[in-house]
Parts: sequence; structure tokens; C-alpha cells
Amino acid sequence: MNSFSYVRVSDVESALREGGAAGSRFLGAGTNLLDLMKGGIERPQRLVDVTRLPLTAIEQLPDGGLRIGAMATNSDAANHPLVRTRYPLLSQALLAGASPQLRNMATVGGNLLQRTRCYYFYDSAFAQCNKRNPGSGCAALEGYNRIHAILGASDQCIAVHPSDMAVALAALDAVVRVRGPKGERAIPLGEFHRLPGDTPQRDTNLEHGELITAVELPASRFTKSTYLKIRDRASYAFALVSVAAALDMQGSTVRAARIALGGVAHKPWRAMQAEALLAGSALDTGLLRKAAAAAVEGAKPYRDNAFKVELAQRAIVRAVQTAGGMA
Amino acid sequence: MDISKRRFMQSAAAAAAFGAVPHASAQTPVREAAQAAGGEHLQPLTLNVNGRPYVLALEPRVTLLDALREYLGLTGTKKGCDRGQCGACTVLVNGRRINSCLSLAVAHAGDEIVTIEGLARAGKLHALQAAFVEQDAFQCGYCTPGQICSAVGLLAEAAAGAASGASADVRDLRQVALSDAEVRERMSGNICRCGAYPNIVAAVKKAGGAA
Ligand SMILES: Cc1cc2nc3c(=O)[nH]c(=O)nc-3n(C[C@H](O)[C@H](O)[C@H](O)COP(=O)(O)OP(=O)(O)OC[C@H]3O[C@@H](n4cnc5c(N)ncnc54)[C@H](O)[C@@H]3O)c2cc1C
Ligand code: FES
Ligand code: FES
Repeated sequence: MNSFSYVRVSDVESALREGGAAGSRFLGAGTNLLDLMKGGIERPQRLVDVTRLPLTAIEQLPDGGLRIGAMATNSDAANHPLVRTRYPLLSQALLAGASPQLRNMATVGGNLLQRTRCYYFYDSAFAQCNKRNPGSGCAALEGYNRIHAILGASDQCIAVHPSDMAVALAALDAVVRVRGPKGERAIPLGEFHRLPGDTPQRDTNLEHGELITAVELPASRFTKSTYLKIRDRASYAFALVSVAAALDMQGSTVRAARIALGGVAHKPWRAMQAEALLAGSALDTGLLRKAAAAAVEGAKPYRDNAFKVELAQRAIVRAVQTAGGMA
Repeated sequence: MDISKRRFMQSAAAAAAFGAVPHASAQTPVREAAQAAGGEHLQPLTLNVNGRPYVLALEPRVTLLDALREYLGLTGTKKGCDRGQCGACTVLVNGRRINSCLSLAVAHAGDEIVTIEGLARAGKLHALQAAFVEQDAFQCGYCTPGQICSAVGLLAEAAAGAASGASADVRDLRQVALSDAEVRERMSGNICRCGAYPNIVAAVKKAGGAA
């Protein structure tokens, strides 16, 4: 690791002052940032440790929603009784990620900002990576691209976002609360992460120096839900494809559905067309298959990841069936 | 080759840095040793490890794992991957298991750290250490300190009612029974190259009172 300076801050004002300086980066638990610094992918000059900020509370909002402080650990968020009982989808997604040790460290804010696990991004021995070195090309396009995107990619970058938590947050219509030099703002989860386009070096719409302070969830009417994660081993592995499915049911009729996919795009991918197809109908397998097909319409697989197109559809069918009590 | 040269330079630099840092005995403060190693941004800090304060001056880039092994001489904690992928470096911080390789030492000023060296009390093995011996839960032993610290954290989490990826329904807040499937999922952050898993599961269940 290159050498850098370190400061621990205990209030948000100091965090913003320190974090706004050129070369500064916020440090959550460091489970992603330090990993990338060891590989020489990230080279900040100063780390501003925000883990001791008083932003760890998980509390109910007056409108029935929930606020999760950005410095809450992944374990604390997953295990909070309000999360487990009202947003079990989020709890499940968190528990499907990383390992118990990593979840005990990792913060909610850091989880949202973790970077892709594309091999070519992660290994600086590869000269070509537009995300790491804009304009250098994308080694994954012609390389081994089994874990890469099938939706929303560009000819500049086909990396996927690795977070499980963010997929559940996308399905739950979460909002990211942010404070920066220009004040406070709220970013809907769907607008937080970006598609690669011709600026793949930018993962999100967060500006330098902006601090994530909380994630907020609206009151949940989606009482039936499940998180399904498909990976190469049963635990401690990133998703090849994952599905967050949540249903608002009236008897056997779907009033509204929420479906988000992980492992398929540069951001958590909301399958809005599939959601619309399910709304107002009874859950039957034929309709589910149609909805799943709609979710991958326009998919563009590469040499090694064509299997994801089929896998994503089957995963959607299974996840919605499980959520709806059909499986 | 450009690549292999850079790789060689990195490992040469790492070797030189270690060579310049005498392994401090666990009995003495090691500020001088750390200062002798040089570095632009030495930061003073006290690490509380196994109930003892250690006064140090470290570069911020020193991980908790390297601080324990290279500066405090506590080599029970192992370095497997150094990238969060194996669990060999697992220690307990304020009672919770974490990977010490992906954490900065300076970030732990004020924390209570417990390593494998701190588990036995008055010459008596911790229940998990005893269970690992009794159940023959290791072969080469390299992953074992991490496995045992992880299992200590696991039992505390289970006692507090924490859910896992193996939970049938996370909405059920009651404490779970530690089935094989639960132990396997909850121990999945620790890789064993020798494949001692069946006996590790047995040892954890035994210490947890489930077998
Ligand atoms: C071996 C391994 C396996 C893993 N498997 C999974 C998995 O299966 N699923 C999964 O979802 N994740 C997985 N992860 C990733 C893990 O979830 C993330 O590393 C973790 O959530 C990051 O949180 P952190 O607090 O450590 O962030 P850090 O590493 O500290 O920070 C990450 C980024 O966020 C920025 N940052 C942190 N906090 C804030 C804030 N409040 N405001 C603004 N910026 C901030 C930092 O500057 C940095 O750029 C895995 C990690 C490892 C090492
Ligand atoms: S050495 Fe820390 S996880 Fe492998
Ligand atoms: S006992 Fe050898 S690695 Fe686990």
C-alpha cells in the first residue's frame, strides 16, 4: 500500500471539511477500499475515518418508514428487529453477502460504494480498463467475461455492481441521504448508481466530498418477499445472478410487485416491465415466465456469460414463486 | 517484462520493510522499533490487546494484522490471503469477530482486541480450544487460530439471537439451534485448506452445547 495520512472524525462538519480536500477519501471499515489500495487500484493521500460518526442508529420514521444510519454495520442492519420483521428482504440480502467477519466490519454507506469485482479492474497488471484508467479500453470485452453484465452495458465497460444489499434496496425504493459542501440531498436508489456509458470511471452520482449519512426506506406494503442469490459456492461468494422479489398481495392477486436483479448490470437492475406484467393478476407460472422474459428483453450477452440470460429468468420465476408462497 | 519487474519491486520493498522492524517481544513497548522503521506519517496510538495496552507509533498503512504479528510479536493470528478472502486473520474486536487484514491498526485505538493468545485463562484452554483438540478439528493448524476466534464470535452472535443466511425465516427473532447447516453457514468466512470442516462443525457444536 502507498503511504497516506489518517484522521478519525467524530462529527459530520469535520468529516465534510476533511473529506472535501483533494486527495482525501472517506474510510468506512475499509473492507473494499483497503483491498483496492493493496492492489494499487486506489491511491488516496488521506483517509478520513467516518466509522465513529454518530450515524449508526436504525430508527423508525414518523411516516412508518425506516432510517438506517450510514455507519451502521452490515451485521447490525441485518439483525435489527425492525429490519428483520418489516424488511426481511433487506436482512436476507445483507446476510447473503460476504462473510460474518466482513459484515461485522462493513458499513451500510461503504457497501453502497463498493466497486466492481471485474477481474480486469481488480488487477492492475492489465493495461486496459476504462474504469481504472479512462480511455485505455476494456479487457473484459474480448477477455473472460463470465461474471459480466448482460443488461445496460456499453462498449466501454461491461462490469457489474457487486452489492447484494443494494439490490434489495432497489426493490424497496430506498433513498440515499447525502451531505456535502453544497448541503444536503436525497438520491433515490435507482438514480444513485450509474450505467457505464462513456464514463465508466464513475460508479455513482455522488460527488467528491459528499458523505452518505443514511439510507431511508418507505413504509413497506410488500409483505411477501425473498432474496435469491445464485453463485459458484453456497456461501462467501459474489452473485452470478441475484433477485430481490417483493409482493403486495390481495388474496391470490398481485396488487403490486417489485423485482430487482443483481449480477447483471453496472447497477442494481429494476425489472419494471416484469413488475407491470404481474400487477393485477393471479400468480401463475405461465405469467411469471412471461414477466421473466420481459425482464431480460434486450439482454446482450458476451462470449462467456450467455448462461446468465436463462439463469436470470429462472431465478426470477423461482424468487417470485418463493415470495408468493408457491414454492 | 514490465509487470514482473513491478511485482518484484513490490515484494522486495515489503521484505525490506519487515527486515527493518525487529519483532518486538510481547513484553516491551515497541515505539522505538516502529520509529526505527521510518515512514512519513508515524502516528502514536495505544492498542489494547488481550487486556494489555501496547504503546506504538505506526504508519497509518499498517494493518491490524501486521501490527499484531510484526510489531507486537503476537504471531498466533495468521496471514492467509491478506485480502479478506480466507478468515485466517480473524480476531475479536469489542467482542465481535473481524478480519484483521482489511482493517487499519490506527482505526482500532481505544478498542478491546482479543487474539488467539488471549483466549486461555490461567493455563486453562478456552472451551472452543478444548473442543477443537477433542474433536480433532485441524490438520496443519494454519487456519485454526482464525477458526477458533471466529467460532467464539459465532457463539456470541448466536446467543444474541443473530440470524444467518441459513435462517428459515429472519422474521422469527427467537434464538436458533445450531444445526450443521447453521454452523457451516456461520463459519463460511473461514476457509480450511486441509478440509477439516466436518470436525470443525463438530467442535463448534460441542462448544455451543448442541452436541
Ligand atoms: C472476500 C470478500 C467477499 C465479499 N463478498 C460480498 C458479497 O457477496 N456481497 C456483497 O454485497 N459484498 C461483498 N463484499 C464486499 C463488502 O460488502 C464491502 O467491501 C463492504 O460492504 C464495504 O463497506 P466498508 O465500510 O468496508 O467500505 P470501505 O471499504 O471503507 O469504503 C468503500 C467506499 O465507500 C466510501 N465510503 C465509505 N463510507 C462512506 C460514506 N458514509 N459516505 C461516502 N463515502 C463512503 C469509501 O471512500 C470507499 O470509496 C465482499 C468483500 C470481500 C473482501
Ligand atoms: S488473511 Fe485476512 S482474510 Fe485471509
Ligand atoms: S487445518 Fe490446515 S488449513 Fe485448516
